[in-house]
Amino acid sequence: MNIFDNMEAIYLAIVLAPLTGAIIAGLFGRIVGRNGAHWVTIAGVGIASILSLIAYKHHVFDGAAAYNGAVYTWLSVGNIHFEVGFLVDRLSVTMMVVVTFVSWMIHIYTIGYMHDDPGYQRFFSYMSLFTFFMLMLVMSNNFMQLFFGWEGVGLVSYLLIGFWYKRDKAVFAGLKAFLVNRVGDFGFLLGIAAILMYFNTLDYAEVFQQAPALSTTTIEIVAGHDWSLMSFICICLFIGAMGKSAQVPLHVWLPDSMEGPTPISALIHAATMVTAGIFMVARMSPMFELSDTALSFVMVIGAVTAISMGLIGLVQNDIKRVIAYSTLSQLGYMTVALGASAYAAAMFHLVTHAFFKALLFLCAGAVIIAMHHEQDMRKMGGLYRYMPITWFTCLIGSLALIGFPGTSGFFSKDAIIEAVYHSNLPVAGFAYYAVLAGVFITALYSFRFFFLTFHGKERINKHTWEHLHEAPKVITVPLVILAIPSLLAGIFLIGPMLFDGYFMQAIHVASTHDVLAEMGKDYHGVFSFTLHAFKSAPVYLTLAGVVTAWALYIKFPYIPAILEKRFSLLHKILINKYGFDDFNQVVFARGSREIGRLLWRFGDIRLIDGFFVNGTALTIRWFSSVVRTIQSGYLYDYAFAMILGLLFLLGIFVHGILN
Amino acid sequence: MLMLTDILVLAAILFCISVAGIFINRKNVIILLMCIELMLLSVNMNFIAFSHFHGDIRGQVFVFFILTVAAAESAIGLAILVVLFRKRKTINVADLDTLKG
Repeated sequence: MNIFDNMEAIYLAIVLAPLTGAIIAGLFGRIVGRNGAHWVTIAGVGIASILSLIAYKHHVFDGAAAYNGAVYTWLSVGNIHFEVGFLVDRLSVTMMVVVTFVSWMIHIYTIGYMHDDPGYQRFFSYMSLFTFFMLMLVMSNNFMQLFFGWEGVGLVSYLLIGFWYKRDKAVFAGLKAFLVNRVGDFGFLLGIAAILMYFNTLDYAEVFQQAPALSTTTIEIVAGHDWSLMSFICICLFIGAMGKSAQVPLHVWLPDSMEGPTPISALIHAATMVTAGIFMVARMSPMFELSDTALSFVMVIGAVTAISMGLIGLVQNDIKRVIAYSTLSQLGYMTVALGASAYAAAMFHLVTHAFFKALLFLCAGAVIIAMHHEQDMRKMGGLYRYMPITWFTCLIGSLALIGFPGTSGFFSKDAIIEAVYHSNLPVAGFAYYAVLAGVFITALYSFRFFFLTFHGKERINKHTWEHLHEAPKVITVPLVILAIPSLLAGIFLIGPMLFDGYFMQAIHVASTHDVLAEMGKDYHGVFSFTLHAFKSAPVYLTLAGVVTAWALYIKFPYIPAILEKRFSLLHKILINKYGFDDFNQVVFARGSREIGRLLWRFGDIRLIDGFFVNGTALTIRWFSSVVRTIQSGYLYDYAFAMILGLLFLLGIFVHGILN
Repeated sequence: MLMLTDILVLAAILFCISVAGIFINRKNVIILLMCIELMLLSVNMNFIAFSHFHGDIRGQVFVFFILTVAAAESAIGLAILVVLFRKRKTINVADLDTLKG
């Protein structure tokens, strides 16, 4: 019997294997012990990973048709069915491979990284649970399940950022991530609600089928303003993506999420979860294609994120925060590509970024362990002598990140820049210069990080220096395994993924927006693409960035301090991250506290307690104090009242008889 | 000739006197009891009048019952009065205001 005959069972196994691992490690962690916990979760994710590769072969190499089917009907309300189902086509199968593979590597790496942590089993359980939710998200065939996965990964992200729950900063960061994501999710939920209202279904296929017919529908939310339904839905959905994929102004949670353990920064906050927004927009391409407004919005947000977050990365000193800001910037690139309708390029960058960014984070983790949890780059330097494997893999990761010709990042980033160049949206001009400038900045901060950590003068304190050594095998092996796709994925993927209709029907691009087809006309293989790059600006900007970093941090290390003084205002703005955090603290955090206090003082104490509860009692007390004066206690008064009552009733009686 | 109306008017006057006696009287609980008796008697008078003019004996049977009950009630009332007097050393109505709210 051919294993491809029963794909549904395979898809189910892919999803359920990590869940089983998570349950065993989470609920029975004490019984299975530390080794048991990591074996069972690694096995679960490993099964998912291998089966994903089988599914990948089935869909991509054997050219099987997309699978779209419901597994289970959760509930039916009228004609609307909430189902658990899978839509597995080339888009989702690509994500599945990336998610399970990176997750698998990071599970292995965690054995080394979390070796002495008391929450070992809990950590593995969360990571496997995350893999489960992420797979539910990418394999979903309807908006309900998408939302389930979406919230699930958000929850696990919260749990893992606050993993070291005894640190105040970690707890704060977790809460911040959760709250900021709620803002985005609110938009997301509004978008889904609008879809349910106008399409009467939550199934992707049915929604996409009906979408063109509804493209001219307008809705009136604010009286007197007609909005295009499609723009409204797409922008709402994108607001959800802005929260999850950390786009300006909802990016504030991602740098703080670095309070979590490093494997989590690599898995969730660089490689997989934050790309959920990018994936979601690519999945919704048939809808986004119908609204130029939404695409322009997407492009502007992406461009602003790409350049502004890169600039902040230049002034950070925490090794993980530099990479976090670089993640933000790279997510901005993907978003720009989405805006330019180059969904395939965004997915391509997503894949390559997942590899090299996970690699960079794991390198940073290896450095942090070697430095005894010192994360300040100013106290490192010269580490290449002690950690050659980490140094080499980190070099590959950095080269891929800056887009050095031949590495995976080069192909994906260049494709995005080209795509933006060809885009005919009104904002494409701005976005093009933003991403071009971003190339220089990326190279500068990446190699600032690289030189400060691995080269230059040793600024390590003596105690740390004595214990400095290369990381153990469980840490270096995943580094090497991740370095391979970081270096080579681009060469093999660029042709098929961008120009040969790799995604087939999974991504829909309107013919007027089809920038990749435009680029495809000039595409004649990997070598000519690379050669062509030498004729354009990005490569030289990259080299300029590297040379600048070398000059500033190796050759003339006293210059940065001078620059800092000369441009103190600019430096201050960047250190304060453009004031987003302060603004949120003052306006939203304090604002909501003030509103809460106001509601408490006025609503709770005055209105509910004062008026309703005590007010009722006071009224009754006043009324009874009036009424009690009638109760004289004298018999004749009561008798008189009785007589009056008698007369009254008699009056009614007689009156009734007379009429 | 004595009419039914005449007797009913007399009964009504007696009833009103007894009512007035109950709540104009501020002095004596015994007068209260007497007024209640008077009230019952005025009602009895109505019963007898109707019985006589309608030629129906049942009204008079009722009167016997009422008289019996009234006698028992007066006995209880007087007994309570005695107890009250022992306790409070007064039967002045104006002093009995324990029910005051």
